[in-house]
Amino acid sequence: MSKASTLPVAAMTRLAWRNLWRNLRRTLIMLLAIAVGVWAMIFMTALMRGMVDEMIKDGINSLPGYVQIHNPEFRDDPSIENSLEEPGEEFQGALLGPEVTGWTSRVRVPAMISSERDNRGVTLLGVDPDGEIALGFDRHSIVQGRFLTGPDDKGLVIGRKLLERLETDLGKRVVVMSQDPENNVADRGFRVVGVYKAKLASLEEAFIYAGRSTVQSLLKMDGKVSEIAIAGKDYREVGPLLQTVVDAAPNGVEVLPWMELDSYLGMMMGVMDGFVLVWVIVIFLALSFGLVNTLMMAVFERVREIGLMQALGMRPAAILYQVLMESLLLLLLGLLAGNLLAIASILPLREGIDISVVAQGMEMMGAGSMLYPALTLHDLIMANSVVIVLGLLTSLLPAWRASQYKPVEAIAKI
Amino acid sequence: MTLNLRMAWRNLWRHKRRTWLTATAMIFSNVLLIFMISLQFGSYEMMINNTLQAFSGHIQVQREGYNDNPKLRNSIPGIVALADRLRRSVPDVAVTARGSAFALASSEQRSLGIQILGVQPEFEPAVSTFPGLVTQGSYLQEPDAAEIVIGAVLARNLKVSIGDELTLLGSGRDGSFAAGVVTIRGIFDSGSADIDRSLAEVPLDYFQETFGMQDHGHSIAVAAHGLENVAVAQAGVESVLEGMEGLTILDWDQLHPGLKQAIQADLSSAWFMYGVLIILVAFSVLNTQLMSVLERTREFGVISALGIKPRKLASLVMLETTLMALLGLLIGLILGWMLALYFNSAGFSYPGMEEMAGKFNLPDRMYPSVTFFSMLLGPSVVFLFSLLASVYPATRLFRLQPVEAMRAV
Repeated sequence: MSKASTLPVAAMTRLAWRNLWRNLRRTLIMLLAIAVGVWAMIFMTALMRGMVDEMIKDGINSLPGYVQIHNPEFRDDPSIENSLEEPGEEFQGALLGPEVTGWTSRVRVPAMISSERDNRGVTLLGVDPDGEIALGFDRHSIVQGRFLTGPDDKGLVIGRKLLERLETDLGKRVVVMSQDPENNVADRGFRVVGVYKAKLASLEEAFIYAGRSTVQSLLKMDGKVSEIAIAGKDYREVGPLLQTVVDAAPNGVEVLPWMELDSYLGMMMGVMDGFVLVWVIVIFLALSFGLVNTLMMAVFERVREIGLMQALGMRPAAILYQVLMESLLLLLLGLLAGNLLAIASILPLREGIDISVVAQGMEMMGAGSMLYPALTLHDLIMANSVVIVLGLLTSLLPAWRASQYKPVEAIAKI
Repeated sequence: MTLNLRMAWRNLWRHKRRTWLTATAMIFSNVLLIFMISLQFGSYEMMINNTLQAFSGHIQVQREGYNDNPKLRNSIPGIVALADRLRRSVPDVAVTARGSAFALASSEQRSLGIQILGVQPEFEPAVSTFPGLVTQGSYLQEPDAAEIVIGAVLARNLKVSIGDELTLLGSGRDGSFAAGVVTIRGIFDSGSADIDRSLAEVPLDYFQETFGMQDHGHSIAVAAHGLENVAVAQAGVESVLEGMEGLTILDWDQLHPGLKQAIQADLSSAWFMYGVLIILVAFSVLNTQLMSVLERTREFGVISALGIKPRKLASLVMLETTLMALLGLLIGLILGWMLALYFNSAGFSYPGMEEMAGKFNLPDRMYPSVTFFSMLLGPSVVFLFSLLASVYPATRLFRLQPVEAMRAV
């Protein structure tokens, strides 16, 4: 093999390139197969990635935040007793750090809402509207009326579906009932000042928004909140953000990243990564049979030629190199076509694919009714490198066989 | 014919390695398809059954409009009598009548808004699995006792246990104030935190009394013996209800519209993946058969010069493909069947499946369904596409010029 470095690489590569086109039809079919396979890898991955990304983003927005701080008892028992102090000055200072893009503190208690017609169990959120918006509440999701104007707003914003269920309307009064820390029923009339829509109908029924100070005084919990939510830059990399928050948070609270707050969402990300890899490898395996077959045929047809070259002094390593080069060229061309095809088919779908026919089914999975394909560089590189690396590995077999021919026997072969 | 068969078989083995490689591509995709399809069907079946058996039953009778707008006053009068009639007239079904309302449940320390269901303690266990999931205390027994069964998370959040009292506050059917005090009889643990946090059951008579329902209720749930008997049961229910105004019959698809759609969404992405796999196998076959035809140009030239019709040659090539595809089919079927059988008894799981499965009412292991259909569907499509792929190489033979062909290298 020490001689391999002295091989006339350029000439060998040219030879490989010409060999590739000796059987045009066969090469084209194989190229087509690789292109279709690579297209399917990337296209499918982009669709799935898009769905899961959207799901995770929506999920994080309704949590909200990448990291949340609670009383350690709160998650199991989301009651008013398990609250925490509003962040002090020092803590607030820490939350101005570069990792934090926004934070808010909210009261979150179970409550009953009643109109003249009906009543429902809901989760009452006492919020600071600016903080909610910083954490992903979309102003445009208000379909009637307005969002809250500040933490001391006396109005109530409820979901479209809940409005329907309660048979109430914008401007009408509803009664919200919950309990204060002494277990006395605390109730208060609210005027519905806004109606929001959510991607998932179940959310519209679950959450009602009121001003934080209003709720705090209703529930006699001044200066206390149920949770503090903090958003950062990249939900995939919450480590540094989590560390900042843990360092700054007071003792005796629970600080958790989103993937632990909602284990279904967190797990989806892992399963998705696993799925992409399995899918790419399955497609590659389906391709590999054809690839090996094509190379074997190419080598087989050239037995005499290879024997002659060996007889003229070409080293086995050079033969090996030549066949591998042919395979590499084939793979590269196929990848090029497949990638272009994938990009060309994903670009027109950027605006999203309407899958509202199965909206309720997607809702069961926690996904919305639009599908936005997400083509990530990471997935592109992964698919391409799997094809090249595994492709060359499988080509080793025919290449090695070609290099092992005995010159005399090979030449004699018809 | 036997001669053709023999020739085709021998031709196939002129390139042993190539034939095996192509057949292995078929076997690979057949095994994969069998495993995936049987796993899918198995999990769909389980998902539907678990969802329906948990609570809703296969069919429900409701007042028209109740499903979209579940109000107290959208109720069915004389619901117990109607349920009795259904029970008597429709064979082989379990029937139970229910009422449903929202109420604020208060313990000494806590108050929470929950859904209260009025159920018939005698008949509920035959339709719903919740009564069987009571882990502390027992299920309701008396049809009119002031007792309640609640979910485990709810019990924890209300800080109550068996024998404690809960106060229920809500509004009655006529808009009046509804209130009652109930004793906790049992606590169930369904495994779904959402259900265990928000659901409670009381006896139907007590429910009607407390919420001013008189003899009204909201739904009659009917469970058939398996999905395949739903149509018969539904026809039976329809004939009993004939002539009754304002009632509607909902089947499981209407009760759980998300269920079928989730399956459809899953199926369509699966069909895409299977389609790609099958096309790749077809390319492999196309390439192999094209090579095998091209390399025999001379041979075919000689044969056709001897007067054999191109049709005959083409059918020989098709026969070769058929044999190869059959080989892939048989071996793939046997391996795939064995794989599916193994997981059918051992169950299949992957990391993260538990959380995902919970979302769809699935247990944490999946069991492939080994049926004639789930075994043969994938392999037969692979077989078909393999044959289709060799049509092009075969038709080339019709354009064969014997003289030129004999000169070909």
